[in-house]
Amino acid sequence: MAHSDLTKEQGRTLPKLDLKTMGPAIALILLCIIGYSLNPAFLGEGNITNLLTRSAFIGIIAVGATFVITAGGIDLSVGSMAAVLSGVMIMVMNSLIDVLGTGVATVMTGCICSLILGIGAGMVNGLLTTKAKIEAFIVTLGTMGIFRSLVTYFADGGTLSLDFSLRDTYRPVYYESFGGLPIPVWVFLGVSVAGWILLNRTAFGRYCTAIGSNEHVAQYSAIRVERIKTATYVIQGFCVSLATIIYVPRLGSASASTGVLWELEAIAAVIIGGTVLKGGYGRIGGTILGALILTTIGNILNFTDVISNYLNGTMQGLIIIVAVWLQRAGWRGRGKTAD
Amino acid sequence: MTVKATVAALAVGGVLAMAGTAFAQDEKIKIGVSYPTPTHAWAAGMNWHAEKAEERIEALYPDVDMILVNSPDPASQASALEDLVSVNQIDALVILPFESDPLTDPVLNVKKSGALITVVDRGLSQPGIEDIYVAGNNPELGRISAQYMKTRIGEGDNIVILRGIPTLIDNERFDAFMEEIEGSGINVLDHKHANWNRDDGFEVMQDFLSRFDDIDAVWAQDDDIAIGVVAALEQAGRDGDGMFVVGGAGMKETIKGIMDGNELVPVDVLYPPAMIATAMDVTVAAFKSNGPVAGRYILGATLITPENAEDFYFPDSPF
Repeated sequence: MAHSDLTKEQGRTLPKLDLKTMGPAIALILLCIIGYSLNPAFLGEGNITNLLTRSAFIGIIAVGATFVITAGGIDLSVGSMAAVLSGVMIMVMNSLIDVLGTGVATVMTGCICSLILGIGAGMVNGLLTTKAKIEAFIVTLGTMGIFRSLVTYFADGGTLSLDFSLRDTYRPVYYESFGGLPIPVWVFLGVSVAGWILLNRTAFGRYCTAIGSNEHVAQYSAIRVERIKTATYVIQGFCVSLATIIYVPRLGSASASTGVLWELEAIAAVIIGGTVLKGGYGRIGGTILGALILTTIGNILNFTDVISNYLNGTMQGLIIIVAVWLQRAGWRGRGKTAD
Repeated sequence: MTVKATVAALAVGGVLAMAGTAFAQDEKIKIGVSYPTPTHAWAAGMNWHAEKAEERIEALYPDVDMILVNSPDPASQASALEDLVSVNQIDALVILPFESDPLTDPVLNVKKSGALITVVDRGLSQPGIEDIYVAGNNPELGRISAQYMKTRIGEGDNIVILRGIPTLIDNERFDAFMEEIEGSGINVLDHKHANWNRDDGFEVMQDFLSRFDDIDAVWAQDDDIAIGVVAALEQAGRDGDGMFVVGGAGMKETIKGIMDGNELVPVDVLYPPAMIATAMDVTVAAFKSNGPVAGRYILGATLITPENAEDFYFPDSPF
């Protein structure tokens, strides 16, 4: 992905562009080298599949966040949304066992329910931002609190658990592999490719970028700004719901601690990947690398006892800043001519 | 009965009932119970046990009135305490403080009003405020877990440890465990924080499994972490060969598993959410018993095995 991005713009500013697009990739490769030198088991097949599968949740959500941020918005509610969708999904599936049995029908209904609610929640965020003209930060801060307390309420403060009779049907969605790759990784791949095409090869993607660069100019250019912006939140909701569908079969439970800080991880993945926080420029390929980088940091820290456990947050913070610095070094050079 | 008659009957009944409560209020022993709104499963269990204890105690002693209040943060808990004194005029307070420091002064003010103070689980920052103290035993939880490990494995065997959120509670449990395990020849390969949460338990355990080929047992310290650990072990197909996981707290699913003879999680170490009920009972005893009750009650970190599991199983509790 990063490669095709590169060839596309190769004609224009090759040397400066290199570092910018390659920054996240370089950071990831460096991390892998560090991981391997700490412990060769890091590059073992098992660990690589673990890493990819784990990245899928944040990765899928971050693809949605790339659209929101590119169009100049922000969505803080995704972590809480994931928690409440998981919770509702579990409740729906548990209550359907008597009617539909423990087979695929129940699981499918649960998934469809999650998709409808995810899209609906995204729609609410979008409409409140565009129609009610409330800042996205405030709207999604509000819905973040609402979703989080709803899951606590549904779970009675405890944990919602998927009925054991359903787990045999649903478990494979997380644990089974297809052609050597676990199913969540396939979903992640599918979402990434679809996201890349949507952002880079369609009018919709160009409108997002245009709105993020300058909303007024976009408005005067006859772009239906409100509709496009709402659509980005709907895409975000859809992505959260997809992530939920592959998250629930992992441990079959949801509680108030599900998805805590996922919104910040998703936003960090997007920014590490080279998308500009204030909007107007988005990179799906970078977002995916960003998600991989975040998961890899956590993984490496579990692979070594050189660094005190208490300093995990410090290491994560440092690596995120360095990764962004790596790609900004190129951005600054190009920014002078582009803006 | 006509509608009018019903209304009249209700009105008369209402007046009588109000008169009844007004009369009873002067006589009743009022005990305020303040604790955090649940944000995790253990606290939800604690809330449930508090409500159960209220029902039970009020049925047993009609002249005791329990006033249960839960608060979402330390500041609202402090306000709740003020209300309990000014509005409810409580005779005793049972409190599980959100945090020690911000609630020490508010509790001191309640004490100045003349109420009996019972503190649960987390101590206050200043000694001597509480009349009764009821708590679980964190070091004991670590020690009992280590003692069980030593009965199952020995010299040259390897374990990994998943710790909670970096806090004093976690340190007390961990230090006591390490002290007990020392000299047994059991190798602790590494310990990482899994933040008392299933997802982190799963991921940290996955990484331990990739990193170490030979693990004989896992100390997960907490039942939520243990659920993640078990999922990771099953995924890697390393849940056989006598591998076992020791959690802690007393989650109902875990205890059910122990009753059913689960070999992967064969025991649990108690850190009971029902301690709030113990505290409420002791506080009532201060008004009802002819024996002295003031003092410190440190509950045992009981090892839950198939033999005694039934005593700790509450299927209706959320935890």
